[in-house]
Amino acid sequence: MLEIDIRKRLRDYELDVKLDVARGEILMLVGDNGCGKTTLLNLTAGLQNPDAGKISLEGRVLYDSALKMNVPPEARNIGYVFQSYALFPHMSVYDNVAFGLCTRNLSKSEIKLRVKDHLEAAGLWEIRKAKASDVSGGQKQRIALARALIIGPKLLLLDEPLSALDVRRQAHMRKELRETIRACSVPCIIVTHDLRDVACIGDRACLLDKGKVALIGGSDEVMIWGAGKESPASPGYSGEAKAI
Amino acid sequence: MASNQADIKRYGERCLAELANLEHKTIGISSRTREASLKVGLALLLILAMAFIALPVVALFLKSPLDTTLRSLHDPVVIDALRLSLMTSTITTITVVIMGTPIAYVSARFHYFGKELADSLIDLPVIMPPAVAGIALLVAFGRMGIVGHYLDGLGISIAFTTLAVIIAQVFVSSPFYIRQARTSFEDVDLAYENAARTLGASRVYTFFHILLPMAMNGLISGAIMAFARSLGEFGATIMFAGNFQGRTQTMPLAIYTAMQGDLDVSICLAIILVAFSFVVIFLVKTLTRRRVYKSAGN
Repeated sequence: MLEIDIRKRLRDYELDVKLDVARGEILMLVGDNGCGKTTLLNLTAGLQNPDAGKISLEGRVLYDSALKMNVPPEARNIGYVFQSYALFPHMSVYDNVAFGLCTRNLSKSEIKLRVKDHLEAAGLWEIRKAKASDVSGGQKQRIALARALIIGPKLLLLDEPLSALDVRRQAHMRKELRETIRACSVPCIIVTHDLRDVACIGDRACLLDKGKVALIGGSDEVMIWGAGKESPASPGYSGEAKAI
Repeated sequence: MASNQADIKRYGERCLAELANLEHKTIGISSRTREASLKVGLALLLILAMAFIALPVVALFLKSPLDTTLRSLHDPVVIDALRLSLMTSTITTITVVIMGTPIAYVSARFHYFGKELADSLIDLPVIMPPAVAGIALLVAFGRMGIVGHYLDGLGISIAFTTLAVIIAQVFVSSPFYIRQARTSFEDVDLAYENAARTLGASRVYTFFHILLPMAMNGLISGAIMAFARSLGEFGATIMFAGNFQGRTQTMPLAIYTAMQGDLDVSICLAIILVAFSFVVIFLVKTLTRRRVYKSAGN
């Protein structure tokens, strides 16, 4: 289980988030631009430091301000798919996926075996020699996911993984993405702007508003909000969702 | 009567239309003329700029007697100066790359107290006249200088040695590399480094496997600029290292010395320096282009 209880002063507001994600659960993180969604992912991954609080994953403390503990990103074992995918453009598809294993000093034969498995499972083996910058948007998304999954992460963080794809491809990739994440059985947080992602992929959803959790509940509850119901933050809100 | 009025009306309309058409044509012609004259002006400016740069180089080649140039290649003064120039410039470039790359990385990726001051200090030799740089180095590392005084006590003398040539070259050429390297590192999106870190790479591993290859082209251009600046260094060298054949007399100093006796010989030396600079830069560019292609292909 992932447990987050952190605070960080940002330029316009203070990010103050407390939430947890169970093993095998997919939490969809939604909210307006600049509400702190990507910052929350970066703080969880260790790419930015909170001002105070605690983050623990499967009982292992990743960050604790009281204990002055801060595990660096490379030691957190978190699979992170960036919004731009951040595929290394000077490397081939194969080298991109193998990168995480190369940092772990595994033998070449073991790396080859595991990379082959992942590339074949993602349908990327045929393009393994292509430059990462030369493949299509859908393939980039698969490479980024395969690269994050090959390290056997304890947590998955995906920042708008479908936003760079065209609408027709998105529908297909939603199903594929959900199945792939399900098979990993790790906690997963997905940032999205698209309520169709919330409905199709997520188990639960969390609405962030200026750094605070405004609503957390089932995906359908956030869907109701998104469908134009009263904002949960407004005084008249009386939805069934658990407003925090 | 009615027909007459209608005719007058039609005539009026036709006149107005023709007037509008004429105005349109006038605007069209004047705008086209303006565009054409702008293009001609820009082309002239470009030709003038190219002539300004190319003319002295061409003149150098036209004025140089071929037999004297070839004979100069066997002159011990030229051989010594050429060997010293290439050796010191190569050592300088390697030193600048080794020392300047971490400095450029820190400057591009970290914010610290006094960063603006540090960056300005790094850039200072670019605007400092070379003669001033030479005097500054002399009062710092010369026998009576603030550091040189102590080094002299230990039996280490820097001024007027080949080491002084290298120090002078490092001083004046390092900003050319560091500035270019800093920009190249800044141009690499931080997301690539972040992705590498989450995949288990340490800062050092990320630097060598992600940042360095992605910034490589910029680093190579910076190194070429630093090499070219070192090869042409004159003012700081003559002030700090002197003008001793085989020890501190680099090609620019040999050209200056020859010019005081025979202009033809100095022209020949200049030709040789230009040719060598061109060959080195061309070779580095060609080799690195292949290297980058290779790493991208695999």
